[in-house]
Amino acid sequence: MLKKTSWLIATAVTMTLGGVAQADWKPAKPVEFIVTSAPGGGTDNFARIVQSIIAKHKLMEQPIVVTNKGGGSGAEGFIYTKVATGDSHKLTFGTNNAYLLPYVAKLAYKPDELTPVAAMALDEFLLWVKADAPYKDAKSYIEAVKAKPDTFKMGGSQSKDTDQTLTSLIQDATGAKFIYVPFQGGGAAGVQLAGGHIDSNTNNPNENAGQWKAGAITPLCVFSPTRLQGGVKVTATMGWSDIPTCKEAGIPIDQFQMPRTVWLPGGVPADAVTFYADILKKVSETPEWKEYIERTSQTDRFLAGQDLKTFIASDDAKNRKVFEQEGWIAR
Amino acid sequence: MENFASLLHGFGVALTTYHVMLMMIGVLLGILVGVLPGLGAPNGVSLLLPLTFTMDPVAAIILLTSMYWGALFGGSTTSILFNIPGEPSSVATTFDGYPMARQGQATQALTLAFLSAGFGALVGVILITVLSTWVAKFALRFSSPEYFAVYFLAFASFIGLGAASPFKTVVSMGLGFAFAAVGMDTVSGGLRLTYGFNELLSGISFLIAVIGLFGIGELMLTMEEGLRFDGIRARVKIRDVFKTIATLPRYWVTLLRSAAVGCWMGVTPGGPTAASFMSYGLAKRLSRRKEGFGQGEPEGVVAPETADHAAGSSAILPMLALGVPGSATAAVMMGGLMIWGLNPGPMLFVERPDFVWGLIASMYLGNIVAVLMVLATIPLFASILRIPFAIIGPVIVVVCFIGAYTVAGRPFDLWLALAFGVVGYLFKKLDYPIAPLVLAMVLGDKAEDAFRQSMIMSRGSLSIFWSNGLVTTLMLIGLALAFGPLLSSALGRLMKPKASSAVA
Repeated sequence: MLKKTSWLIATAVTMTLGGVAQADWKPAKPVEFIVTSAPGGGTDNFARIVQSIIAKHKLMEQPIVVTNKGGGSGAEGFIYTKVATGDSHKLTFGTNNAYLLPYVAKLAYKPDELTPVAAMALDEFLLWVKADAPYKDAKSYIEAVKAKPDTFKMGGSQSKDTDQTLTSLIQDATGAKFIYVPFQGGGAAGVQLAGGHIDSNTNNPNENAGQWKAGAITPLCVFSPTRLQGGVKVTATMGWSDIPTCKEAGIPIDQFQMPRTVWLPGGVPADAVTFYADILKKVSETPEWKEYIERTSQTDRFLAGQDLKTFIASDDAKNRKVFEQEGWIAR
Repeated sequence: MENFASLLHGFGVALTTYHVMLMMIGVLLGILVGVLPGLGAPNGVSLLLPLTFTMDPVAAIILLTSMYWGALFGGSTTSILFNIPGEPSSVATTFDGYPMARQGQATQALTLAFLSAGFGALVGVILITVLSTWVAKFALRFSSPEYFAVYFLAFASFIGLGAASPFKTVVSMGLGFAFAAVGMDTVSGGLRLTYGFNELLSGISFLIAVIGLFGIGELMLTMEEGLRFDGIRARVKIRDVFKTIATLPRYWVTLLRSAAVGCWMGVTPGGPTAASFMSYGLAKRLSRRKEGFGQGEPEGVVAPETADHAAGSSAILPMLALGVPGSATAAVMMGGLMIWGLNPGPMLFVERPDFVWGLIASMYLGNIVAVLMVLATIPLFASILRIPFAIIGPVIVVVCFIGAYTVAGRPFDLWLALAFGVVGYLFKKLDYPIAPLVLAMVLGDKAEDAFRQSMIMSRGSLSIFWSNGLVTTLMLIGLALAFGPLLSSALGRLMKPKASSAVA
C-alpha cells in the first residue's frame, strides 16, 4: 500500500515537473558535497543550507555526504574536484575563489578544468567603521584617510582575497591609502573592529550583523548597484535598506559582490549539469532559501548555463585587472 | 544577580527527560570519538551536525556540546593507557598519566584525570555564568599583539622544562615550527613548503603528527623492548576509584591554579591545548616534587586535565558573545548556530536568552553526567591493559591508522603518520623531547600570524608589544618565565661557583 502511494506520488511529481527535469541522468550513488572552506565558514553554511533544503524537500533520491576540504584557502577542494574528472557525483561549493585562486598561487588545477553548474547568491560587501568613530558618511571617512595616508588600518579576511581586492579598488578610486591587515577570517576582522584595533573593514553583512545590532560598529555604504533589501530596522534608527550605496556616498565603485558558486568536475555529461542546475534552482525557490538569503542579507540571484558563463568571464576579468596591477599574479 | 535568575530559568529549559537523554547519548558518542585518535571532537561534531537540522536549537546544541564534553574525557583515556593522545589537548596528560599506567596505577590516573577535568569544566561554566558580560568586554581588548603575547607566555612557561639538553629542545621546537608553516599562509596569501605536493596544500595536520609520534613511535619502542606493556599485572579494583577520589582535595592548589590558567586561555583564544601545556609547565615549576614529574606524578595529570577542560568550556563564551570560536569544535558549533537560524554575537544573550541560558545550564548538567559516566567506564578501560600485547598491539595499530585516515579522509595522511612514527621512534632513541615539537606545531602558525599582523599594524616597530598596559604585562610575565630559570641558575652559580655542574 505504502509502496503504491509513494509510486503514485513519484509519478505525479515526474509528470508535473516533466518539462523541466529531463530525467536522462540521475545520481546512481550518494552525492558528495565538497566544501572549499573549513566547517563554520561562509561557504560551509552555504553548502549545508543547500543540503538541509534538499533533504527536507526530498529533492534528490540519493543521500548527500558533505566533506570539508578547505586547505589552501579552498584550493584543496578544487584540486580534489579536478582529479575526479568525469565523476558526476561530486558537487563542489565555493565562491569566485574557484577561478581566482590559480592567479595568486601556483596550483595544480585550472579553472577551465571545472564545470560551472550555478551561482546561487551574491554576497555583498560594506564599508564598516566603529560606531563611536567621528565619521558620519563614507565621504568624510575617506577624506580623513586621505589626510593621513598609511595610518588607517583596514582589516579583512586573508591575503590577496576579496577583501584586499576591494581595499585596492577603493584606494584606486579615491586616492586614499590604507594599511591592510589580513586576519584568519571575516569574523576575526569584525571583532577587531568592534574592539577598536583597526579603523574599518569590508565585511559581508552576515559577518558584522551581530556587532552592528549591538551598537559596536556601523556601516557607511554598500558596494552594490542598488540598496539592500529588507525594511526591518536592525538598530533603533537604521535597517539594511537605509545604507546608501557607495556610489551615492561618494566612492565611485559601482559594484563589488562575491558569487556563491557550485561546480562539477570536468568531463561530465551535459545532462548531469542540467540535473543539478534544476535541483539547485528548485532549492533557490524554497521559503527556507529565501529565509537564508534574508538572514545573511545576500542578494538572491540564480545563474546557470550561458548567463553564468558570461558572469564568470566578466567577474574574472575585473579581478584579474586588480591582481595584475598589485603584482599578485603568481608565476 | 540577574544572571542567576536567568540560569535558574535555563535549568528549567535543560532539565527535561528528552534533554537529559540527549546529554547521555551525546556524552557516550563523544567518549567514543574521543577514544579514537584522529576522529576527535571537531570531526565528531561535524558528523553529527546534519542530524540536528530538524531539531530545535536548544536540543541540538545540548547534543553537540555533550558530545564535546564526552570527547574531551575520552581523549584523556588513551593518553593515559597507551600514550596516544586522542585529542591534541590531552598530549600533556601523557607526560605523567602514561608512566602512572605503566606502574600499575591506571585506575588512579584515570580517576584523577576525570575528576580534575570535571572540576575544571565546572569552574569554566561558573565563570561564564557569573562574568559573561565582563569577560566578553575583556576579550574585545585583545588584538594581534596581545594574542602574540599570550602565545609567547605559553611557550615561555614550557621552556626549559624537560630533562633533555637545551640544544635538543631547540631542534625539536624548530622542527615543530617548520611543520606548522607548511601550506597556505594567511598573511602573505602564498604557499609555503609544499614543494608542489597537492597533499601538503592544507598543511600537516597536528593530529597526524600526534598519532605518529606518540602512537606508532611508542609501539615500535614497545616491540623492541619485548612485546609487552609493563604494569599490566595490576588488578583493577573498584575500591581504588573511591580511594583516589578521597585524595583529590590534596591537590587543591594545583586544581585552582590550573582552572585559572584554563579559563584565561579559553577566553583569550589560546585554546585548550595551550592551556594544558602551560598548566603542566607551571605545575612542574611550582611543585615541591619537581623531580617526580615525567615519572608518574599525580599532580602532572591533575594540572593539564583541569586546564584543558576549564579552557574547553570557557571557550564557548567567546563563541556565543563575540562570534569568535575559541576552538576548532566551537567553530563547527557556530556553523550549526547559523543553520538553526541564530546569529552568534553580543545580541544573542538579549534576543535568545532561553537558548543561551539553556545551553549554560546544560553545561553544568552535561559535565556532571559526563563525569559519572566516564568514572563508570574506568574498570572497563583499565582492564584493557591486561589484554596481552600480541592482541592489543595490532588493534592499536589499526586504530591509529583509522584515526589518521578520518582526520581528512586522505590516503596520503597514512604515509605521513607512518613517517611521524619513525620520527617519534628516533626521537625517543636519541633522547630528543617530543613535547616542544608538539607545542610548536599547535601554536607555531598562530603565534607567527599574530606576530606578523602586529608588525603590519605597527609598520615594523617592536614597540607595539609595549604599547598598552595589557600587552606589556603579558610580555613581562612571559619574559620572566622564559629567562627566570636562566637568571636564577646564573645567580646560583655566581654564589656557589663549585656546585655548578649539578644543575642541568
